Amino acid sequence: MTEKTQETHQDAEVHVVKPPVYLAIFLALLALTALTTGISFIDLGVFNAVIALAIACFKASLVVLFFMHLHYSSRLLKLTVAAGIFTFLLLISLTMTDYISRAWGMF
Amino acid sequence: MSTIVSLPDQATAKLPAKSFLNQEYGLKSWLLTGDHKRIAILYLISISFFFVIGGVLAGLIRLELLTPPSDLMATDTYNKVFSMHGIIMIFLFLVPSVPATIGNFLIPLMVGARDLAFPKINLLSWYLYVAGGIFVLSAMVLGGVDTGWTFTTPLSTHYLNTHVVTAAMGIFLAGFSSIFTGLNFIVTVHRMRCPGMTWFRLPLFVWGHYATSIIMILGTPVLAITLVLVALERTMSIGVFDPTKGGDPLLFQHLFWFYSHPAVYIMILPGMAVISEVISTFSRKRVFGYTAVAFSSVAIAVFGFLVWEHHMFIMGVSQYSALVFSLMTMLVAVPSAIKIFNWSMTLYKGSITFETPMLYAFGFLGLFTIGGLTGIFLATLGMDIHLTETYFIVAHFHFVMVGGMLMAYLAGVHFWWPKMTGRMYPEAISKTAAVITFIGFIVTFFPQFLLGYLGMPRRYAAYPADFQVLNVFSTAGASILGIGYLLPMLYLPWSLIYGKIAGNNPWQATGLEWQIQSPPLTENFAEIPIMDHEAYDYEWLANKTQHEVQTVG
Repeated sequence: MTEKTQETHQDAEVHVVKPPVYLAIFLALLALTALTTGISFIDLGVFNAVIALAIACFKASLVVLFFMHLHYSSRLLKLTVAAGIFTFLLLISLTMTDYISRAWGMF
Repeated sequence: MSTIVSLPDQATAKLPAKSFLNQEYGLKSWLLTGDHKRIAILYLISISFFFVIGGVLAGLIRLELLTPPSDLMATDTYNKVFSMHGIIMIFLFLVPSVPATIGNFLIPLMVGARDLAFPKINLLSWYLYVAGGIFVLSAMVLGGVDTGWTFTTPLSTHYLNTHVVTAAMGIFLAGFSSIFTGLNFIVTVHRMRCPGMTWFRLPLFVWGHYATSIIMILGTPVLAITLVLVALERTMSIGVFDPTKGGDPLLFQHLFWFYSHPAVYIMILPGMAVISEVISTFSRKRVFGYTAVAFSSVAIAVFGFLVWEHHMFIMGVSQYSALVFSLMTMLVAVPSAIKIFNWSMTLYKGSITFETPMLYAFGFLGLFTIGGLTGIFLATLGMDIHLTETYFIVAHFHFVMVGGMLMAYLAGVHFWWPKMTGRMYPEAISKTAAVITFIGFIVTFFPQFLLGYLGMPRRYAAYPADFQVLNVFSTAGASILGIGYLLPMLYLPWSLIYGKIAGNNPWQATGLEWQIQSPPLTENFAEIPIMDHEAYDYEWLANKTQHEVQTVG
């Protein structure tokens, strides 16, 4: 690539991720999948779902950060993803105001 | 009456030799175009088509309600007619109305860009819209849907044997079309503003559309997922909304309204965006409190996500959460009121003229205010128990959606018609149409507030004879309103051939789009403009016009 085209691409902040990083993430994802499967054989009561979801969230974060290059992206893109997560949390938390308090009855 | 319209000398005036309309000819040049202006025209034609269908269905509803018994159609058919009216008007008309037509046409022109950021995604968005429309029409032709536009569970999942999945599929596709429109607008506004076009020099039209796009992108996926869940529940009984399997039918409503309440702001914010431009131009003043109006759009977009449960107050949600949501619903009134007050302050001591777009804008101000204030009634918990599921609700959201949004849409179409086509619409008849629309609207929907307060429920084909007088008023009003909408559909196409040549800037408006030829070139600007003044700077315009060299021929 000539210097000139590199200059025009500077704006897009293209970052090349090395294959070892991809491999490490891939292995981590496989290990976490194995962990999810393994832990499903142990009964942890209410924590069954909590732990499975926590591992799933961690895996999703790895994919978004490294496979989807968010870790190397501009703050604007990070903010964009954060907006999506924030909206999702709004959906969950405000819906929960209904579900946790239905048993409270009238007041 | 004074006017600010300044047209070129009609004896010598001609349309520009080259423009986006005559750059290429033939059907293929339209169906495969990447030009945002042509895609806007494609959208304009298709949403007008669906508006006519939705309007005819509305006419059928009003005809049925002319008399107390269910005599024009069977009650089942009535259910299908009002469901289809809602689905078509909301998903195929109101959601894409201003953004996909006027917004598509104007956002690049207003920020000084040659096109939207992703022209092909823009075209794809139109094809998805058409595909969605075909699905909805097939659901109607194959026998209809009678869930209401809200697809409420367990009715939609357990009790109905109509084409629920087909219609839901149509809405799913139309939803993606609106996500793509929003995506395009956000990227364009961030990345493609011309030199000197800072965020606070953007016209308020762009701010309004930016806020709308945020809701489109963050909200619509939730609707898509919810509709997929309904389809899975119907076909495979997965049990998410089924209490016998540990699900909850109200969960559907939480998910559905999480999109569909913000969707109300997808519909109204672009309307407000149009009104800011129109009011400023026809009172020759900068919009009062520009920054407040700009941020109130964003505030409405954010608050819009915090209020959805007010659609469910009487449906078994907890008292505590009803309290929380009632309070937050009141909060949305604040940014809406900021807008209304600031527009009124813009009018104060302005040089107001009464061209057609301004008449529609005045209609918007009055009707939207009534619609908004009756929303406060409904947000109040005790009042809501009396009024919900009655005609009061129907009147309330028609005041906001038809009285607000449709008025704003028509204001926008008339305001930018000269820019889109290069020709003026006929002024006298269009003013008449604006007044007829306003009168027809009031006569149609004001009686519905009274009907609802007196206790007439919505969604029934029959009603007690006591309610007939007000229903006759409403149906009579609907026929007046119908004429009001029919007139633009006749004179706007007429003006394409016989309208006066508009010239670049018939309204003497300040936006970048008015400084180029009408209709614009395919590449919009011969040279990318440099923005060296604030938005709505009428002194800048006067200076520019004074020193402009007039070239003839």
